[in-house]
This record gives sequence, C-alpha cells and structure tokens, in this order.
Amino acid sequence: MLKKNDVAPDFTLFATPDQKITLSEFKGKNVILAFYPADWSPVCSDQMALYNEMQKYFKKYDATIFGISVDSKWCHMAFSQSRNLHFPLLADFEPKGDTSKKYGVYNEKEGECNRALFIIDKEGIIQWSYLSPMAINPGADGILEALEKL
Amino acid sequence: MSLKPAVSKTDHIQGKKDASIVIVEYGDYQCPYCGAAYPVLKEMMTKYGKQIKFIFRNFPLSEMHQYARPAAIVAEAAALQGKFWEMHDAIYENQRLLNEPFLLELVEKLELDPHQFNVDIKKSELATKVDSDFESGILSGVNGTPSFFVNGRKFNAGAEDLLQLMSEIVK
Repeated sequence: MLKKNDVAPDFTLFATPDQKITLSEFKGKNVILAFYPADWSPVCSDQMALYNEMQKYFKKYDATIFGISVDSKWCHMAFSQSRNLHFPLLADFEPKGDTSKKYGVYNEKEGECNRALFIIDKEGIIQWSYLSPMAINPGADGILEALEKL
Repeated sequence: MSLKPAVSKTDHIQGKKDASIVIVEYGDYQCPYCGAAYPVLKEMMTKYGKQIKFIFRNFPLSEMHQYARPAAIVAEAAALQGKFWEMHDAIYENQRLLNEPFLLELVEKLELDPHQFNVDIKKSELATKVDSDFESGILSGVNGTPSFFVNGRKFNAGAEDLLQLMSEIVK
C-alpha cells in the first residue's frame, strides 16, 4: 500500500456512464481517495453516506473526494442515485482493480478493493494513507486531521 | 477514538447527574437503526437511570433522511421550553410518521407554547447547535448512527450490547 511521500499514480476512470475523471487534472486541489469494497452496504453506517454529509467540511480544506470500487459505472449510478450522493464514484472496473492494484489496496481473494483512504496534496503527492479493517467504516476523523495538517 | 468535546452543560442529559458511567448517543431521528435502538435505551434508563447518565447528540444524515434535520431542530426548540426529552421520545416512538406536519402536531400535543415555538424555530442558534453536534461527532469518529460512547470512548457495538454491558458493570 502506498504511503506518505509516494507520488500518487495517475488514473482515468468512469465517473458516470459517459464521463471519465483523470486524477492529474485535479492538480492544484487536495484530493481524498476513498477505496471501498462494494456499493450497497447497509444504509446508516455507510461510509459513502457519511462523506456525502461532509462536502462542506472538505471544501473548507479545498479538497475533493472520490469514492472508488470495482463496481461498474451503471452500478455506481444506481447506488449514487439511491443515496443522493453529491460526489463522484469511480469505477475501477476494466481492467478490474487496475487502479486499486497501483495503490496497493486490491484484495485478490475477495476480488474487491480494501477499505483504504488516501489524501493527495495539490502537487499530487500522497500525504496520508490509512487501511481500515474490511468490515469497519473508518469514519472521517482521520481525514479531517490529515487535511488539517496539510 | 475519544469524545470531543467532552460532555458539558450545553448537552441534553438524563439520569444521574454525577454518575461515574456516562453514555453518549449520536443519533438521527429518521434513522431506522436509531429507532430500533430507542426502546432498548429506554429499558436501559428504566433499569439503570439512577446510576448512569445518558446524553443525546444530533447526527442527522440529512442527505439520506430528509426529516432528520428538521426533527433535530424541532427537538432543540422543545429544549428551549424544557421539553427536549419529551420531544425526543415522541419522535422516536412515532418514527414511521415522521414528516414536517407531524412535527408540528407533536409541538401541539406536548403543549409547547406555540408563539414561543414560532419565535424560537427561526433562531440560528438551533441550527448551529445541530451542526456543532454533528461536527463533534465527526471529530470523535462517529461513522454512522447510532454511535455510542461510554465514558468518552467509542463503543463499537449496538444498543443491545450496551444494555448487556450495563447489566455487567452497574452496581
């Protein structure tokens, strides 16, 4: 798993059925990458639902958040609509898990991403990373602390 | 993960004032899991309320639950008339009916002073209180609702487990 001071590997992934997002286009902004195992986990303790409530806190630190899982763009679209999400979910779908592997957070056994967080600074350097136990939603306190330190 | 900030006078508190066991819940009035936890917590306070202290802080997931934040604000307005827990309980006891007209029905049912309520509900302090509860939850590591803290430390399990723990440690 990549760590502080590593260069964040660039990627281009589908964010909607007809739109792709490239990480390097976000240079000049802080970026939060939240790798998570799968869409449709139980509602109220859902990690993405929590981050959805936190957009204004992330904005305070000039940070943009992307969720990433191996689910397809269509699956992401349905999930995002059902939870009224206001930030992009990226599909690490083809080749499967390619981006997760570059960040060292792909779980071969499950065929899913691990639950991992990265904070990338405005120059594209990883400033913080965190691997959470698969079943535990890591919350957002770690993210805010790391953003505070940038 | 620990509770930030610690319990203070601005919190809604029930139970024993100077208890050595202090439980904080971060809850959302529209969250079904909080609704399911409510009777368990009620049982806990019936059994152990003379020995423990219980605090409720707002953690509305507003994007997912459209009435969670209005409910939180109405409960804060009820608090200004000394009826926070009555409102808190009435909302959870009727959670499936929750919407804005129903909240106004509760205002009437609990006999809040309607004029005072209409003045209070417009105060920005109420929204600020809800937001600062939410923010304290985030900083304390709340990752969903309900989340519990026992003596300032996150309790990573549900209300049933909390009740079980109390049955073991309350003397």
